[in-house]
Amino acid sequence: MISLNLEILRRNSPEESPVWKSYAYQTEDENANIAAALTDLNQTLENPVRWECSCLQKKCGACAMIINHRPRLACDVPLKEFVRAGSVKLEPLRKFPVIADLIVDRSILFQNLKTMQLWFAEEAKTNGSQTAYEASRCLQCGCCLEICPNFYAGGEFAGMAAMTLTARLLTALPESQKKEIFKAYRKHIYEGCGKSLACRDVCPAGIEIDKLLVHSNAVAVWKRKYRHEK
Amino acid sequence: MQNVIIIGAGLAGLSAAVTLAKENISCALISLQNSERAQSVLAEGGINAALNTMGENDTVQNHYEDTLRGGVYLADPNAVQNLTGHAPEIVRWLENLGVPFNMTDSDIMLRNFGGQKKKRTAYARSSTGKIIMTALIDEVRKYETAGLVQRFAHHNFIQLLLENQNCTGVRIQNVYTKQVTDFKGIVLLCSGGMNGIFPGRTTGTTQNSGDVTATVFRQGVKLGNLEMLQYHPTTIGISGKRCLITEAARGEGGRLYIIRNQQKWYFMEEKYPELKNLMPRDVVAREMYFVRRELGGEIFLDMTELPEIAWEKKLSDLRQEILHYLAVDPKTTPVPVREGIHYFMGGIDTDVLHRTNIKNLYAAGECTCQYHGANRLGGNSMLGALYGGRKAAETIMHTADFKSEENQSYTGKIFPPASPVLIQEISQILLSGLGIVRNQNDLQTALRELEMLSQKKVYSFYEQNRLLLAKAMLLSALERKESRGAHYREDYPEKNEIFRKTAIAECSPELNIRISFRPIPEKRSDA
Ligand SMILES: Cc1cc2nc3c(=O)[nH]c(=O)nc-3n(C[C@H](O)[C@H](O)[C@H](O)COP(=O)(O)OP(=O)(O)OC[C@H]3O[C@@H](n4cnc5c(N)ncnc54)[C@H](O)[C@@H]3O)c2cc1C
Ligand code: SF4
Ligand code: SF4
Ligand code: FES
Repeated sequence: MISLNLEILRRNSPEESPVWKSYAYQTEDENANIAAALTDLNQTLENPVRWECSCLQKKCGACAMIINHRPRLACDVPLKEFVRAGSVKLEPLRKFPVIADLIVDRSILFQNLKTMQLWFAEEAKTNGSQTAYEASRCLQCGCCLEICPNFYAGGEFAGMAAMTLTARLLTALPESQKKEIFKAYRKHIYEGCGKSLACRDVCPAGIEIDKLLVHSNAVAVWKRKYRHEK
Repeated sequence: MQNVIIIGAGLAGLSAAVTLAKENISCALISLQNSERAQSVLAEGGINAALNTMGENDTVQNHYEDTLRGGVYLADPNAVQNLTGHAPEIVRWLENLGVPFNMTDSDIMLRNFGGQKKKRTAYARSSTGKIIMTALIDEVRKYETAGLVQRFAHHNFIQLLLENQNCTGVRIQNVYTKQVTDFKGIVLLCSGGMNGIFPGRTTGTTQNSGDVTATVFRQGVKLGNLEMLQYHPTTIGISGKRCLITEAARGEGGRLYIIRNQQKWYFMEEKYPELKNLMPRDVVAREMYFVRRELGGEIFLDMTELPEIAWEKKLSDLRQEILHYLAVDPKTTPVPVREGIHYFMGGIDTDVLHRTNIKNLYAAGECTCQYHGANRLGGNSMLGALYGGRKAAETIMHTADFKSEENQSYTGKIFPPASPVLIQEISQILLSGLGIVRNQNDLQTALRELEMLSQKKVYSFYEQNRLLLAKAMLLSALERKESRGAHYREDYPEKNEIFRKTAIAECSPELNIRISFRPIPEKRSDA
């Protein structure tokens, strides 16, 4: 039996000032996670806690929120972790505009990808590249942006969520796109990143951000030729 | 303003958007959440195409035959011909979008998958859906920037706009601002499977609530083969859902056993010496049900004999997942598995061109009843979604007559969502009738209970829609007095040629439900 308090920072709309609310929660399921707790809790509330989820198995990034001061996925975090402390704090991500309760609008993340023109302009084969695979796994959850000291919505720096997607493109970038993509990479990623790698530690997908970064810097900034690894 | 409104931004919706954009036709791409959160990212095992890169003399004809046989001849052969014939081209297209498929020394690697005798499944380790989605989302971004695709994420489908059996658009609500807009244009539904009808019991996402299918049904759209639910044989129970163990685990050599007389009994290998653990999903799931009913206890998936290279190159993500959720290492310990609802072969009824019974309304992807008949083969649904999205877009492009009407904001009343309590009640009733093994008695009892629930009080619009859809599901299963594919009736254990037909469910304006059986089209030589 698990029993603890869910402390949730709540507001009904962006205009409202947020207030902490506390909810006692119990479950028989020893493996229950934060996502399950929120689903259960909502069945009992007149004004359910608003949050986003989809896959419930840490593969879609929908449920990113701040859990005891760290950006994490609600469906990735077992309640067990907090039983001793007796409570856990849930807040919306802070780097994005809040919509209500735990929902934030992460549109800026997708806007940045458009600004950087991240796509293949022509046909491009990645030939089973391991780098392309690793980079393609990015959930666009925003946890890395949340923790990053240099990222803020509306700034030039697009953060690691954009680096991952660029890294895929760099494994097979057509000649015609090199100039523009290299330039965008320098401006929106390379120049803004202090390389402290706090982002790598929070990435819920466990993406090897450091490796991808070294790799992408080599290709986009130092103009080394991309070498296919086996 | 847009020409086409696509509801859903998974593989089917994205594929349609790209196809339209290439021809300079604009679309509004509407989805509850961003594409990165669509169920399509969960697909693991792979996508089928007779690329014949493994020296096994595979052909499109083989793929065609396996698909029809897997679906126990309930799929439209003309549609399946189109699907399998275009499969190689679809996978090559993905390769050219930069999808890093696993490779042999020179070409795309293919693996074995259930119900198929040749290696035909292209894959990217154990995250094929996610990796394809990333490439496809990038591709769509190109057209977003060019203004041809306008994205509306966090927008909810409310209902179709209909004028005399003609679809003129769709009512949509912005979930963040609550604003409601009537979008005008041709409508293409790509809204995925009906997971939300069985909350917590499926391997899919919570986002696909089933409300779109339920609502359009109430509005007069015909649905087909609703009784055909695919139970995936290997799922594990995790917090809030069933988590899939990809069929690739068996494709790479995983074996199912149950304990009999204190010994491991590899029942699939004994009962089906040719395809063994890789029989079609319906067969595996049913055998699991029977051996468990007979012997009790759990069934285990034994992956301990898989070669190191398979874990390293093909199933690394799967191993991490099992370690994370069950705290057991599948490399050394067999994993207890159960059947879970995994795919909806039934859904919105369309013809080969992806038209519904309502003019200017089209559908593609898992929300439709197309390609898979009574049972979908692993690796055929991503293909069905990608090809279906494209085919629907082509039909629209070639036949639709585009009007340019402005979208209008709507300020009238919006119905509240269905109550979670009612959703659970309906789900419980359905599960009691629509298990892996069914019979008349259970189905009639379930229908009676549903009737009682329906009479209990006055329900809101979306609640009524769910009750109607649930009733149609039970009636379809009751009326199909045979066993075929995913639909197994203990009281009618054989298949019956009389029922080699599509079970069509219709809801009248007075909200009466009628089930009828429509013959499967003959194969045309020009298909
Ligand atoms: C765990 C798992 C593994 C799988 N593995 C494989 C595999 O290996 N091979 C294979 O071929 N298939 C596999 N499948 C099946 C396959 O992934 C799906 O059938 C396919 O991706 C469906 O694509 P789709 O575009 O039709 O729908 P989805 O990807 O489900 O997209 C549905 C879209 O509709 C939107 N939507 C839903 N409701 C609303 C609403 N009310 N308002 C607005 N928008 C709405 C959603 O936001 C979403 O964008 C797997 C499925 C699962 C769950
Ligand atoms: S390395 Fe540091 S500065 Fe760079 S993205 Fe990560 S957290 Fe931000
Ligand atoms: S890099 Fe990791 S933390 Fe950042 S968006 Fe991608 S998955 Fe999330
Ligand atoms: S719900 Fe998909 S990552 Fe949590």
